[in-house]
Amino acid sequence: MSLTLPPGLRFLVGRLAQLVPTLVGVSLFAFVLIRLSGDPTGLLLAPDATEAERMAFRHAYGLDRPVAEQYLRYVSRLAQGDFGVSFFQGEPALRLVLERLPATLQLAGTAIVIVLVVGIPVGVLAAVRRGSVVDYVTLALVALGQSVATFWLGLMLIIVFAVGWRLVPPSGFGTTAQLVLPAITLAAYYLAVATRLTRSGMLEVLAQDYVRTARAKGISEALTVFRHALRNALIPLLTVLGLQIGELLAGSVVTETVFAWPGVGTLVLDSILRRDYPLVQAVIIVLAVIYTVVNLGVDLLYAWCDPRIRYR
Amino acid sequence: MHVSSRVARAFTRNPVAMLGLCLLGSMAFVAAAAPLVAPDSYDDQDARIRLKPPLWRSAEGRVYVLGTDPLGRDVWSRIAYGARVSVSVAGAGLLLGGGVGVGLGLLAGFGGRVADALVMRAADIQLAFPSLLLAIGFIAVLGANVATLLGVLALRSWAVHARTVRGSVLLVREQESVLAARALGAGPLRLAFREVLPNMLAPLVVVATAQLGALILLESTLSFLGLGIQPPRPSWGNMLSAGRPYITVAWWVTAMPGFAILAAVLGANLLGDGLRDALDPRLKI
Repeated sequence: MSLTLPPGLRFLVGRLAQLVPTLVGVSLFAFVLIRLSGDPTGLLLAPDATEAERMAFRHAYGLDRPVAEQYLRYVSRLAQGDFGVSFFQGEPALRLVLERLPATLQLAGTAIVIVLVVGIPVGVLAAVRRGSVVDYVTLALVALGQSVATFWLGLMLIIVFAVGWRLVPPSGFGTTAQLVLPAITLAAYYLAVATRLTRSGMLEVLAQDYVRTARAKGISEALTVFRHALRNALIPLLTVLGLQIGELLAGSVVTETVFAWPGVGTLVLDSILRRDYPLVQAVIIVLAVIYTVVNLGVDLLYAWCDPRIRYR
Repeated sequence: MHVSSRVARAFTRNPVAMLGLCLLGSMAFVAAAAPLVAPDSYDDQDARIRLKPPLWRSAEGRVYVLGTDPLGRDVWSRIAYGARVSVSVAGAGLLLGGGVGVGLGLLAGFGGRVADALVMRAADIQLAFPSLLLAIGFIAVLGANVATLLGVLALRSWAVHARTVRGSVLLVREQESVLAARALGAGPLRLAFREVLPNMLAPLVVVATAQLGALILLESTLSFLGLGIQPPRPSWGNMLSAGRPYITVAWWVTAMPGFAILAAVLGANLLGDGLRDALDPRLKI
């Protein structure tokens, strides 16, 4: 059946089918991890609640059922878009997550744009000017960017640009000025990684025969670098960044805490500490969906960068 | 013999590696010699000298090199004692995670296809799941204490070690010296520890050094979020977090511990890069 599909479409369908086991695994993992953490009854009810009140609470949230049954109920509800109700806020967990999601996506999206728009050109420049001052300064900044603690970088940016020079507000959410510091903070580590990978990828590709051929043909150096070399040099960058998207979203926990950013990161930290099971599960699953969809996008980009992949 | 001297020369002539060794070495020295290099203990409070800036000189003529914190404690002394906690916790987490990783990597390499598949899929899942969320989740379950912290650091680092060891096993297993040892009747444990392990030390050292930086960062991040080392025990992360309410009036309380983190992590990363270049220029991690 699938053999009759054209190769490009078959590739797409195959990748989509791989989403299912990933999501089942993540939902099971989220469920088990959270259930291991114990009974929320003691946290949520007053210490002097009677045993009857505790039983009624457990019954209302299905906590008195066998664990396997709880999981099956939970998955069948998930399939219908019902992620349960937050223990603390009494509202649907999915709605609470989706309310916070735009702020996190705005922050993460801006950070990714910074990573790509700054990291790729700087990496190309460092590779083309290998051994120059530009290259060494780039390498030094990359080493610093990979070693700096995110929360400290955020606080330093606040001290210098918000407290010292008063260029931007120190925290808060809503205006473009308030987005600048958190986005740079979240981007820093991945910017360093992207620059390093672009540089090493370009150095490798520039030594290949087809680049020499392109140069020998007499086309301009810019066309050689950007048309022939860059597309191939970007493949390792895409792999690593695709894998790091989950880390970037999780890293927003720290950045959002530093800048009081009202996103999913602060929500997941609060709800884990309060053992708000439904909310934690909703966050993990929403992040996992984003992560898998992004990785699917990365795979499609690969196929664009390297047509051989489509026919594997 | 001449191989190791070539490696040593490549290593000592590499300025990046030497810089990394100096940074990490000085941090290790400060950690080990904290009572000697720190004028105060980490919890000596003096309410009269709260939030004094770096290089402030007291009436008695004592200079506070890095200033004092909101409780009037000497920031430099706390960073020195914090080095003890941060470096030793990260080091212990690395030993634990590295030990488990080496064991599981050997199991995957020698233990047959089922063991190999189980260990490698577990490593894949471990590496695919955001490590910070996993750490926060486990701490929420098990409570914020040193044992949980070590477990979380070990969890963060075992998979990379396991993959490295398994890769080396697959490479080394078919070498003639190993085949000869097997032909002479050496059992799998003897093969693993006498023949294979010495051959995989180089990549393992490189991976472990790079992981040390990652673990120092993870420990300080968790302590910053209030999930790692708890006050009054000083760790660079919780010192930074305690200084946060005062960043508008006393930047140094927040800034100084961060420089310590940066120096230690940068040292580990540069040393890892330098070791990789010296031991095997082709090795890419």
